[in-house]
Amino acid sequence: MEEFFQQLTNGLAVGGIYALIALGYTMVYGVLKLINFAHGDLFTIGAFLGLTLLTSLGLTDSVGPVAGLLVLAVMVVVLVGVVGYLLERIAYRPLRTSPRLSAVVSALGASIFFQNAIMLIWGARPLVYPHGLLPNITVDIFGVELPLIRIIMFAISVLLMCGLYYLTHKTRIGTAIRAAAIDQGAAKLMGIDVNRVISLVFMIGPALGGAAGVMVGLYYGQINFTMGWLYGLKAFTAAILGGIGNIPGAMLGGLLLGVVESLGAAYISIAWKDAISFLVLILILIVRPTGLLGERVADKV
Amino acid sequence: MLLELRDLHVNYGNVEALHGINLSVNEGEIVTILGANGAGKSTTLNSICGLVKATKGEILLDGEPIHSVPAHNIVKMGISQSPEGRRVFSTLTVEENMDLGAFTMKDSAKIERNREWIYDLFPRLLERRTQLAGTLSGGEQQMLAIGRALMSSPRLLLLDEPSLGLAPILVKSIFETIRKINKHGLTVILVEQNARAALKLADRGYVMEVGNIVLADDAKSLLSNPEIQSAYLGGKGL
Ligand SMILES: Nc1ncnc2c1ncn2[C@@H]1O[C@H](COP(=O)(O)OP(=O)(O)OP(=O)(O)O)[C@@H](O)[C@H]1O
Ligand SMILES: [Mg+2]
Repeated sequence: MEEFFQQLTNGLAVGGIYALIALGYTMVYGVLKLINFAHGDLFTIGAFLGLTLLTSLGLTDSVGPVAGLLVLAVMVVVLVGVVGYLLERIAYRPLRTSPRLSAVVSALGASIFFQNAIMLIWGARPLVYPHGLLPNITVDIFGVELPLIRIIMFAISVLLMCGLYYLTHKTRIGTAIRAAAIDQGAAKLMGIDVNRVISLVFMIGPALGGAAGVMVGLYYGQINFTMGWLYGLKAFTAAILGGIGNIPGAMLGGLLLGVVESLGAAYISIAWKDAISFLVLILILIVRPTGLLGERVADKV
Repeated sequence: MLLELRDLHVNYGNVEALHGINLSVNEGEIVTILGANGAGKSTTLNSICGLVKATKGEILLDGEPIHSVPAHNIVKMGISQSPEGRRVFSTLTVEENMDLGAFTMKDSAKIERNREWIYDLFPRLLERRTQLAGTLSGGEQQMLAIGRALMSSPRLLLLDEPSLGLAPILVKSIFETIRKINKHGLTVILVEQNARAALKLADRGYVMEVGNIVLADDAKSLLSNPEIQSAYLGGKGL
């Protein structure tokens, strides 16, 4: 039982990360019907920017670990948001009226560009986040000793997801984002500047991905320039699992995938950990291509 | 004159859909545009709203050119459209659809007055306001499309086939509502397949054929015009 609870909570913490990244895929798909293949690399950029800012600014020393990490996270979120904005302006907007395949190729090209840029800037070898930023203590919950950092990670991703849900479902601009995802022409008739909505989505999605990058750096300690590939693919699976284009779906899909993967690794075989995600992807595509909460058929990739 | 189209040309790719049309609308009028499928009626409305851009010619609102204004700024100028096929936001609630109609409005007191008036016109929408728009019946979706367009306090309302696919009883009530909206002070351009009802309601009418306006006249004269009777009114007189 203890083992199960450990794996479950670990799965939720990792799943929260998948969910944050999945939201970027799903929101972009929602407004542009495009899979942003460079999204995983934006997550990587977040992890590396976080590390650089962490070591160069020394914020955690000057203002304390909690405030320091908070300021750091805000900076990363803003910077990755800007990169996302530029990505759309440069790689996608000029192809808006071109055949879909052009945008897909452009997305793949952007991904290769980012990976190489990261490698050139930060090197090809893995880098390590400083140890001991967060106290390595455990908390007793229902008689099970859980690492504090795991709880914090999960709490932060839930907080960010609640924030995003509030933004998209309870605010004027959020309703405009959802409207533009349904029918761009009708959204324009309402006076919605669809280009601005798309820019906004390309800032919010990468910003959440960037935050996830920092969280992975802090949780696992090690980052490398190709990490966006695996995380991206898993988050993409999570987005499909929840129903691509569906925001609560991406959240649910991410958490579910994290838990399935964690339990699978523990009870089936650790060697199968990554294969489980892809098994899940294949199964959904066969059994329920619309995903758990999706109404649309994911016919275009 | 509220709105004027001068020698308006519109292309879809290399194909010209409007071959230079002239059309004018006076303040307070109901003007109807009739024509067979593919004549260019929706294209005309969409070019007024900026959804499709004129390749040549002018669109003037109060004498000011608006054909280069981006679509999302047109509604602020007092023009709104209930588009062909309704195009309600199906996974949003009725209320969210209505709110989007007022997306460009700042004055919340005015928004609430509009909302009240619209729910008064379409009490059905009030009953369904928490329901997803996609779960409404066709008639209710049409009411929502019109209601949503009214939320922005437009001076000029464009209606593209509001009666399409509705039961006869609903058609009658939609036309009755259009009359009320017009009495409320709005100018209306009405595109209709239901030519007889449209002409009875309208002050003036235009007849389009394959991208051209072939006839423009008072609605009364069009109703009694033998050519119109045989082509659009099923051959029978009044
Ligand atoms: N998005 C588009 N792309 C290419 N051609 C189009 C497009 N929309 C309309 N057309 C063409 O332009 C012409 C006018 O179409 P439009 O929709 O304006 O006609 P309409 O009078 O509204 O017809 P209907 O009564 O069927 O609604 C048609 O030949 C149509 O095929
Ligand atoms: Mg039409």
